[in-house]
Amino acid sequence: MTIETKIDVPVMADVTAKGEKPEYLYWVGCAGAFDDRYQKVARAFAKILNHLGVSYAVLGKEESCTGDAAKRAGNEMLFQMQAMQNIEVLNGYQVKKIICTCPHCYNTLKNEYPDLGGNYEVINYTVFLDEMIRTGKLKLENNPFKGESITYHDPCYLGRGNGIYDAPRNVVKAVFGEVKEMKRARSYGLCCGAGGAQMFKEAEKGNKEVNIERTEEVIERKVDKVASACPFCMTMLTDGIKLKNKEAELQNIDIAEIIEKALNL
Amino acid sequence: MIKQILFIITLLITFGVFAYSVKRLWGFFKLTKPAYPIKNIGARISHTLNVAFGQTKIFRKPVIGLMHALVFWGFLVITLGSIEMVVDGVSGLDRAFAFTGWFYDVVIASGDVFALLILIFIKLFSIRRMFLKVKRFSGVEMTPKANWDAQLSLFFIGFLMVSLICFNMGYVSSHPNGYEGVYPVSAALVNLFGWDFSWLQEPGWWVHILLIFTFANYLPYSKHFHVFLSIPNVFLANLEPITKYPNLESITREVKLMLDPEAAYDENAEVARFGVKDVEDVSWKNYMDSLSCTQCGRCTDVCPANITGKLLSPRKIFVDLRKRMDEKGPLAIAGKEDNKSLLRDYISEEEIWACTTCNACAQECPIDISHPNLIMDMRRYLVMEESAAPTGLNMMFANIENNGAPWQFSPEDRMKWAE
Repeated sequence: MTIETKIDVPVMADVTAKGEKPEYLYWVGCAGAFDDRYQKVARAFAKILNHLGVSYAVLGKEESCTGDAAKRAGNEMLFQMQAMQNIEVLNGYQVKKIICTCPHCYNTLKNEYPDLGGNYEVINYTVFLDEMIRTGKLKLENNPFKGESITYHDPCYLGRGNGIYDAPRNVVKAVFGEVKEMKRARSYGLCCGAGGAQMFKEAEKGNKEVNIERTEEVIERKVDKVASACPFCMTMLTDGIKLKNKEAELQNIDIAEIIEKALNL
Repeated sequence: MIKQILFIITLLITFGVFAYSVKRLWGFFKLTKPAYPIKNIGARISHTLNVAFGQTKIFRKPVIGLMHALVFWGFLVITLGSIEMVVDGVSGLDRAFAFTGWFYDVVIASGDVFALLILIFIKLFSIRRMFLKVKRFSGVEMTPKANWDAQLSLFFIGFLMVSLICFNMGYVSSHPNGYEGVYPVSAALVNLFGWDFSWLQEPGWWVHILLIFTFANYLPYSKHFHVFLSIPNVFLANLEPITKYPNLESITREVKLMLDPEAAYDENAEVARFGVKDVEDVSWKNYMDSLSCTQCGRCTDVCPANITGKLLSPRKIFVDLRKRMDEKGPLAIAGKEDNKSLLRDYISEEEIWACTTCNACAQECPIDISHPNLIMDMRRYLVMEESAAPTGLNMMFANIENNGAPWQFSPEDRMKWAE
């Protein structure tokens, strides 16, 4: 296990004070900032951005929840308050391009902010990484996962919501060579169970948890890894694997972490 | 001449009854709220060609999808033949469209073949529904009445095809020296039996046309209203990304007022209920969705909540909406009320909160219904009008309000991930 060290992440306020204008804003999201497991994904992605020498910054303390979970839980008032605040900050910095790791933030910023005056080019990190690989800017020469097989779990807000199915798969293939698809993949993908603010509440009564249903499908596929591209999916799959006592033979890994490992960052 | 008069009277009765049904539904539509504006007609046409006429979403289940697509395409050509029958009936002509030559031959021939195909498939559908326990045909919303409705619709369609083939056989048989159109199936049947079927022409014609008229007037009260409404429903579908949940404009006005004290309060702005509690809160599109739904259950079949045994069934949401409108609509038009509402008396809070908004249902729906958006509309009512959210969600709201994150962390710690 490597000792985590501080990584150099430019913050918008500092960068602007120096009179610079970064090309991209990296929207870290609340999970990237606070979730123990997903912080590693935010770190991985920031390291990749640094490795590529991309001109970017994060909002840091000025970033606030996009309001996705509040909106989908019915609290439109809270959502719009959050949205208006965020738009004010983003427009204040004259942000043009936003990269998101979280598909929920991505969907909200891309589809729901424009009607409130927030117009940006919103890019999902899997699309960004795919582009970097395709244009040769990101060179992947090592495969630290030799001999391991992997499947990919589609986040609903990336796939069904915004039609992003190929980019994450291309990134996985660039390292693993192949994605072993599950029965319910792409637009047929099964939800992890956390969307629509389910992440923050007890599930209703049923005969199974949704994440267990999904985890069982992953286990059935007999792979060493399951790639995901969403903080909520990550929590649900990681929990599912733990509950099924399969941690030794099956791990959940984010698309950004795959690249981080392949680049040995 | 007598046949013409009889036919015209029948036709007028048919239109009269249908007009009554439409007027009733129109009154219900007037109770609903506006939906999104219908723009971008070009994109809508291509979407309709793709999803409705191309049956692309139906093909997501390839085998049963192909059967449905063939029935649908068959219906399209057979409908052309039905229009001709009406023209013939009114004008007293025989085969009024025969002048279109080869086009006529193609339409009539394919209609004749499709009639047999549809008959076979409809029988298979009916048997499948009766004897194979297809999971998506079960559920609380699939009442015995709903199953009877489905079987009756299939029965109607089956007999429509039988009568069409009988009429065609009669026509072929009574014109031994040549006739208009081509009848691969009917002519083969006549030859096969070698009997004189000319007596079948008149009764075949009448039975077929009367079945069409009866079926058309049964449909507005059936889940099979689908036959009329699914194509327009696809044309009027929401073309935005399915996970885009539109912002509530009335809230935007309030938030702007809060953030900007200078902003003028618009007194003319209608103070409407936030979200959906009952049928008068839904949009006309929600109601149209409920009338177009043929209860195929593909939505419920892929719903993660339903798969894992929760109460939520996306199909039930729209079945309930239609039922509640049947109950509340006439009352509301008469200016009366009952002490019931769509939410709680039909759809429970437990169902509403079980949705993960994964949109698998909306993705699957062959006629582009968006279930999650209506479910979230009901959450809006519960949260903003009644503050009736589950505890976990109230905590999440409080966290976002106080620290700008759904969890209890200080915004001061937002850069800790990099350290």
